[in-house]
Amino acid sequence: MAGVELHGIGKSYGEVPVLQGIDLDIAGGEFVVFVGPSGCGKSTLLRMIAGLERITAGTLHIDGQVVNDVPPAQRGIAMVFQSYALYPHMTVRENMEFALKIARKSKAEIAAAVDNAARILQLTPYLDRLPKALSGGQRQRVAIGRAIVRDPKVFLFDEPLSNLDAALRVATRIEIAQLKERLPGRTMIYVTHDQIEAMTLADRIVVLNAGGIAQVGSPLDLYERPDNEFVAQFIGSPAMNLLPAVLVGTGAESRVQLPGGAEVVLPLATAAALQGQAVKLGVRPEHLDLAAPGTPALIEAPVEVAEKLGDVTVVYVTMPGEAEAVIAKLPGTAPVARGEVLRLTADPARMHLFHEGKSLRRG
Amino acid sequence: MEQLAFASATIVIGIFGCVAWFWGSNWLLDRALPPRGPHAGRNIGRAARVRPWLFLGPAVLILGVYLVWPVFLSIWLSLHDAAGQRFVGFDNWRWLIADGKFRESILNNLMWLLVVPAASTLFGLIAASLTDRLRWGDLAKSLIFMPMAISFIGASVIWKFIYDFRGEGQAQIGLLNAVVEGFGGNPQTWLTLTPWNNLMLMAVLIWIQTGFAMVILSAALRGIPEETIEAAVLDGASPLQIFFKIKVPQIWGTIAVVWTTITILVLKVFDIVLAMTNGQWGTQVLANLMFDWMFRGNDTGRASTVALVIMLLVTPIMIWNIRTARREGM
Repeated sequence: MAGVELHGIGKSYGEVPVLQGIDLDIAGGEFVVFVGPSGCGKSTLLRMIAGLERITAGTLHIDGQVVNDVPPAQRGIAMVFQSYALYPHMTVRENMEFALKIARKSKAEIAAAVDNAARILQLTPYLDRLPKALSGGQRQRVAIGRAIVRDPKVFLFDEPLSNLDAALRVATRIEIAQLKERLPGRTMIYVTHDQIEAMTLADRIVVLNAGGIAQVGSPLDLYERPDNEFVAQFIGSPAMNLLPAVLVGTGAESRVQLPGGAEVVLPLATAAALQGQAVKLGVRPEHLDLAAPGTPALIEAPVEVAEKLGDVTVVYVTMPGEAEAVIAKLPGTAPVARGEVLRLTADPARMHLFHEGKSLRRG
Repeated sequence: MEQLAFASATIVIGIFGCVAWFWGSNWLLDRALPPRGPHAGRNIGRAARVRPWLFLGPAVLILGVYLVWPVFLSIWLSLHDAAGQRFVGFDNWRWLIADGKFRESILNNLMWLLVVPAASTLFGLIAASLTDRLRWGDLAKSLIFMPMAISFIGASVIWKFIYDFRGEGQAQIGLLNAVVEGFGGNPQTWLTLTPWNNLMLMAVLIWIQTGFAMVILSAALRGIPEETIEAAVLDGASPLQIFFKIKVPQIWGTIAVVWTTITILVLKVFDIVLAMTNGQWGTQVLANLMFDWMFRGNDTGRASTVALVIMLLVTPIMIWNIRTARREGM
């Protein structure tokens, strides 16, 4: 069980920093997903762990050893690339054998490793084909097989599903989850921009933003207790609504007033110093519901667009004086029409409160 | 001045002639088969079948006159005597097989064929992969490519100076002899040293063609997906292993095209031999032999026979080259 530890890891190209002060402990056998918008540095971070990019600050430990200057092949890692990166002139078997042949393993050992990987990934019938004669999903399985035969301590996946079509992506995602179960002792680090992949695969998710870590936690942790507005809006789909509001009551419970006059009391302690401060009230679309007649509504606004998806109805309402629409995800085929004024409310226990971008639930 | 006027007139007539032909013939076709009226659909279909020939026509005609017709004429001439008057059957071919100079030419051509494409491609590949890793690689590339811009005759003149020999008591101005003297050796008449003089002639063509090979191979090397190289790095391959096991196999098609392109060029090699030794001292090659019989021996029969031999040698390589190039999508 080999852990990966990052201490103050940074990367800059000349004067331009792309990653700064990354501290992260990944336990042996853990499945960690790096997720973030494009350009956040998640792939760069993975490539630094792989040894394909030089680390310009901090130290990287794999299995307790500092590996900053260890060549990639000796770090005990294997990587699966987004573009598969199969050797086009080699058959599936040769692709998987390559690393072992370079390492001068015995023929019997190589054959056993390749057969085993082919069996796990159901590639046995295709062993003598060239990559160009395989479908996208099969190619990605070969790429995974090439990683498996090396029996690495750490698997690195760089957006492995991005080049697959939607159906295949789901199937391959499940295969990767099954692979993790078969190899419980292997650490896996997986980069994606797709939050569904992150939520379904990860033991822990690392949300990266603008060259730093925004939050680390289990998938549900990030969903239920986002540390900041970025994570709140990044995890969950559609994104969490952030309503501008004013904190009018502090203490063991917090009273928040929306510009329309509606007030809500959150079971959340706030410091007295924050009295009267501008805050953002966070409500997930799936937590908004129609207010029962006679009860106060949090939001009262006309429907702009209603998307009926069958299982849910996504409603966009715009409050007067607000540019951004509030999104509500109502269960089933809710009978809402365009222009109709909706009265929406939510359970205060499921609401979030942010001050200057940070969650007030923290600490 | 008169020549300049003629050249300009030729260019103008050529360009306007082409424009007039393509525009005019298409206009006529549209008049003859108007794409409207009661038979619009039928007319469009017919015009679409005729139109490619309007574009292809001039090229087919010119190729026919300048390439296909000469082939048949050569075959006819090779079966006739020196003046192209009397039918002599296979006499020219029998002479060819027995001729010592022809055998020398075939052997030399074979040597050229083995050495020049191999050396040019190899040096080109080395230059391409090394210059791609240098900061001043582009400068190095343009220097290596520059000989491509020099005519074969010009290159031969340059290299003649390198191999130059001056008699006893005169200062050696040839680079090679100057170097030899500098190391205390005796100057040589390099171009008369059989069989090494053949290699010295080949050096000229290698010098020219390395640039060509480098440019094409460099583009191919850059086309290799970076990830496959990174994957090989992760698999533990050394730079040399990556080059031979990952990079070269991926550009194999391009290497083959470069190789065969140079091979075809080598089979036709003529100017270099003509300018440097004129086929003396055991350096004769087929194209120069043909030239000799045609314009010095005034024997169209024998010259045509040699020409046909060259064509027979080039054709299979050419076909293979075109096929590979198509597959590579170059």
